[in-house]
Amino acid sequence: MSGMSAVPDDLRYSKEHEWVRADGETALVGITAFAQEQLGDVVFVELPEKGSTVRQHASFGVVESVKAASDVYAPISGEVLERNVKVIEKPELVNTDPYGDGWMLRIRIADRGEIGQLLSPTDYRAHIGESPASGGD
Amino acid sequence: MTDASLRRTPLYDEHVGLGAKIVPFAGFELPIHYPTGIVTEHRTVRSAAGIFDLSHMGELHVTGPGALAALDHLVSSDIAALAVGQARYGLLCNERGTIVDDVIVYRLREDEALVVVNASNIAKDRAHIAARLGSEVKLDDRSDATALVAVQGPRAAVILSAVTELEVREASIEALPPFGVTAARVAGARAIVARTGYTGEDGFEVFVDADRAVAVWSRIIAAGAALGLLPIGLGARDTLRLEARFSLYGNDIDETTGPIEAGLGWTCKLDKDFVGREAIAAAKATGPERKLVGLITDGGIARHGHAVIAGGEIVGLVTSGTYGPTVQRNIALAYVPAALAKVGTAVAVRIRDRDVPAKVVKTPFWKRSA
Repeated sequence: MSGMSAVPDDLRYSKEHEWVRADGETALVGITAFAQEQLGDVVFVELPEKGSTVRQHASFGVVESVKAASDVYAPISGEVLERNVKVIEKPELVNTDPYGDGWMLRIRIADRGEIGQLLSPTDYRAHIGESPASGGD
Repeated sequence: MTDASLRRTPLYDEHVGLGAKIVPFAGFELPIHYPTGIVTEHRTVRSAAGIFDLSHMGELHVTGPGALAALDHLVSSDIAALAVGQARYGLLCNERGTIVDDVIVYRLREDEALVVVNASNIAKDRAHIAARLGSEVKLDDRSDATALVAVQGPRAAVILSAVTELEVREASIEALPPFGVTAARVAGARAIVARTGYTGEDGFEVFVDADRAVAVWSRIIAAGAALGLLPIGLGARDTLRLEARFSLYGNDIDETTGPIEAGLGWTCKLDKDFVGREAIAAAKATGPERKLVGLITDGGIARHGHAVIAGGEIVGLVTSGTYGPTVQRNIALAYVPAALAKVGTAVAVRIRDRDVPAKVVKTPFWKRSA
């Protein structure tokens, strides 16, 4: 796969390639453009029920491409306020609009400190090898 | 990371140039998909045409007086009845009546046949065949020297005929019948062209010398560009063959499975003598204990190795599974007890520790309309 993956500047990222968009008490969560490119065509998405809780860095769901199934890891902990029904019905939204209509969960933020531990856009670009690396891990 | 033990086909640089994602398969570095992705590639083969690099496959030439008779004794189907210019699918079996490989035998001349075998089985098949041939029949493994390019899909005939000349002037490969095979020149290169494939579509397989592969590949891509032809990787090759219910050796069939339980009894001519016949005839007479059936699942994709569940017990095993882009369902093949093999039977597949409802369905999952 060649070309640059989009890494929007207003999000925070996990090393497992999920993004978080915090808005007050809640946050939207999804997988990055880089992740969906690696997966290929997404054909099935499994997400936790509303009311369940997810734990930072623990698997909360599964995306399946034609080739394989992959776990999706929660970038932050919290209660699931909403799961994106549209992405369950149309899994290809994960490919076509990973930062928009392809979002997966709306979560009540349990610990704002967890967001601070996530990667900045610059650090995430370095993590996926798409910028002159600033240090590295 | 490159693995020095992996081999490359003569078209490797073409795949890289087209932006393919390369994976190891059967000892080769091969494209799993191109930038368009598996779903688009799959649909393109169903609606227009695709070109595949199958140069990893094995080509065993069997020549000499009695070549056809010798192969008739080794292959389950009616090879003796093949006329020159005809091909047939069949199985190499062992004496226990299990499957050594699935092959296509092409009768090229009076005393010459080409046996096309799976890449992972080339050495095994060569030994299996060589040990059972008489001294007057010669076996020549030309796998390394031969490239194989397939053109598949409703527009395959139009595209390939634009770059192909037959020995008989004015003749066209569009008139070649299914499972027909002929000598030809493709993009100027000496070739064997057969109307065979592994997609469920009309299509052709083109065998050329390895050093002509790039020229043939490039000319077909150029000829097909305006007709929507795309290069197709292993990913879509698998979804296409599974919708058409073609067996994949190593997944659905192997040396632990017999033709009857695998649903390949139709390839076995039991009124002739061939290696494995007695065991296969016995399995047919008693009826198989398990059968390879089609499943559809709702709520996850069944994959190779997943358990089939009935009454809370593990009763079988999924051998192949994927999302079928044409049928738009999650489809699978699985061995289940004969009592559960009837179309409409409800079972479950254990996907990530959850028992997902599944139903036995008729196969093929998809069939081209005549």
